[in-house]
Amino acid sequence: MLRYNIFLAARGIRRHPILSALMAVAVALGIAMFMSIFTISQSMSKNPLPQKNDFLYRVQLDAGDPNRPGDDPENRPHQLTYMDALALMREGWALRQSAMFGISAIIRPEGAEVPFEVFGRAAYSDFFSMFDAPFKYGGPWSDPADENRERVVVLAASINDQLFGGEDSVGEHITLKEELFRVVGVLEEWNLLPRVYDYEWSPTEDTFIPFTTAAEMEFDRRGSTNCWQSIPGQGHQAFLASECIWIQFWVELSDPSERTSYLSFLDSYANQQKELGRFQRPLDNAMHTIDEWSKYIRAVDEGIVVTIIIALLFLIVCLINSIGLLLAKFLSRNSELAVHRAMGASRVQLFTRFLVESACIGFTGGLLGLVFAWLGLMGIRVLFRGESVVAHVTQLDFSLAVGTILLAIAASLAASLYPAWRGSRGTPASLLRDAK
Amino acid sequence: MLEMSGVAKRYRTATVETRALEGVNLSVLEGEFVAIVGPSGSGKTTFLNVAGLLESFDEGTYELDGDDVSKLNDSKRSRLRNQKIGFIFQNFNLIPDLSVFDNIDVPLRYRRFPARERKDRIQNALDRVGLLGRIHHLPGQLSGGQQQRVAIARALVGEPRLLLADEPTGNLDSKTAEGVFDLLLELHSSGSTILMVTHEDSLASHTTRSIHIRDGFFESE
Ligand SMILES: Nc1ncnc2c1ncn2[C@@H]1O[C@H](COP(=O)(O)OP(=O)(O)OP(=O)(O)O)[C@@H](O)[C@H]1O
Ligand SMILES: [Mg+2]
Repeated sequence: MLRYNIFLAARGIRRHPILSALMAVAVALGIAMFMSIFTISQSMSKNPLPQKNDFLYRVQLDAGDPNRPGDDPENRPHQLTYMDALALMREGWALRQSAMFGISAIIRPEGAEVPFEVFGRAAYSDFFSMFDAPFKYGGPWSDPADENRERVVVLAASINDQLFGGEDSVGEHITLKEELFRVVGVLEEWNLLPRVYDYEWSPTEDTFIPFTTAAEMEFDRRGSTNCWQSIPGQGHQAFLASECIWIQFWVELSDPSERTSYLSFLDSYANQQKELGRFQRPLDNAMHTIDEWSKYIRAVDEGIVVTIIIALLFLIVCLINSIGLLLAKFLSRNSELAVHRAMGASRVQLFTRFLVESACIGFTGGLLGLVFAWLGLMGIRVLFRGESVVAHVTQLDFSLAVGTILLAIAASLAASLYPAWRGSRGTPASLLRDAK
Repeated sequence: MLEMSGVAKRYRTATVETRALEGVNLSVLEGEFVAIVGPSGSGKTTFLNVAGLLESFDEGTYELDGDDVSKLNDSKRSRLRNQKIGFIFQNFNLIPDLSVFDNIDVPLRYRRFPARERKDRIQNALDRVGLLGRIHHLPGQLSGGQQQRVAIARALVGEPRLLLADEPTGNLDSKTAEGVFDLLLELHSSGSTILMVTHEDSLASHTTRSIHIRDGFFESE
């Protein structure tokens, strides 16, 4: 019977080619819009390091202003002070740990080329294995390099291409902030999007240098700095010794079960500090996995949720449109339906047949919708040419394509319920009479 | 074969009630060819619709081939219609975008016969109405008489117990009509039970029996 229904569906579509095409286009537009928005939001909320999720933790110590709310509803600062970051690096017992902050620096290439600005990150050597940074040449700097504030640098693939033509540059030198840095490692193309360690929708940085070196050389900081107390004194040393909050801190535990003990370590550190007169707020420290962190800081903002809802409404409008088209289609066929009824088709069989016909249109609409969605995403890419972030979020994968088609079929079926019911409702005699 | 007693059918609209059939008693035996004759609006089509399970009725009882059909649901009525009744309409009612083959195939599809058997039956039926050569034509490519023959082939392809014909020659010129009517007589002589509505007494005189209907009442036998 299904084969016969598909045969009749094909006839039905041929009988009303314009109505059928209009419905397929309506479904396609709705689906394309919805799926594009969904794809983008989906990949925006994706965790790029799922394998690390249970091991990596963002650390929060509540060293904020006791008299004023902080930068999130729970009043807890997102970042750490320099003092606390150093103390945790010194006393912390996690498998790996890294304090870090974003920097910018002027790079002076060899020869006559003009100097230019690069973005970088100051971190500890553990940083690279914590966030699975892929090395092409060399590797991270050594732990002593952190202690000795060595002038060493790890280059991203793009800057290595630019400065050294993509060759193995380990052992070469570059000039950052007027000092020579020795290249110890070169990364491969690193697609860590979003950039979870300092959550942002941008690619990873071009250069990586030891945290200690960056602090000593007073590199320019990129990112937010929150000083709730006036800095006692002048100069960089005074800033480092202040209660200003500006450092991101991550730890990697060897086992997720260590989370509670690491948290109590944080609490005991905070209690120590309380005795020294710091940490005047109630004890409130926290650890977040990458997934928890992106929710905590609302990385996928409400804007995107609103956009998804609008896309969904658009899809519904397209479906209501389809209901009208299907009604016109199904109710204009009395003579044919009358014959089928008289020859033995039951009401349920007619109803099923209408559903099969809509599902066929939905399938076509889904395919068309995929094409539209693909064109739309390509359009977005062309508009934002060159931004690798955009290329990253506008990829359609196979399961999503299948999902699109299934959604198109389901949506068409939903739209066809009422028209199919109306179309199959009449008695055969009334259909025959209306057919004349 | 067919037993009706006290069957009544009324159409109600917001303002009027039309008594389309009143107290119809009828008994048709296997192999009969019964003509139902009456003026326009007398209820002939209504009677055929009720007899053919295309419509329910309000009063009375109706037994078709031993089954009480008064209180069957839609799918059971549809199944009975499919297996026991063949329809021939005044305006042929062929589906214009289906070939002759596919048109005759419709009742067999709902019968769920296998493809091989459907093909054999369709060819036999077309052969009986003398149109085997037109199996792949569309209805629009056939004359009125040929279309009605295809419709007759469609009515008899499932070997139903009862053929119902509503003015089968009403849309045809007299010569063509004669040919189609001869075909019905031929079917009757080979054993089919036929109920035919007509307003032409000349046709009625060739049947085994004719019944007159007026304002929904069967007059005499
Ligand atoms: N669906 C309906 N609603 C209301 N009245 C109806 C309906 N169908 C038929 N009637 C009425 O029932 C009566 C019988 O109609 P029917 O079609 O059975 O007549 P008929 O004998 O077949 O006439 P004709 O020879 O013109 O085909 C008529 O008065 C008609 O107006
Ligand atoms: Mg009539």
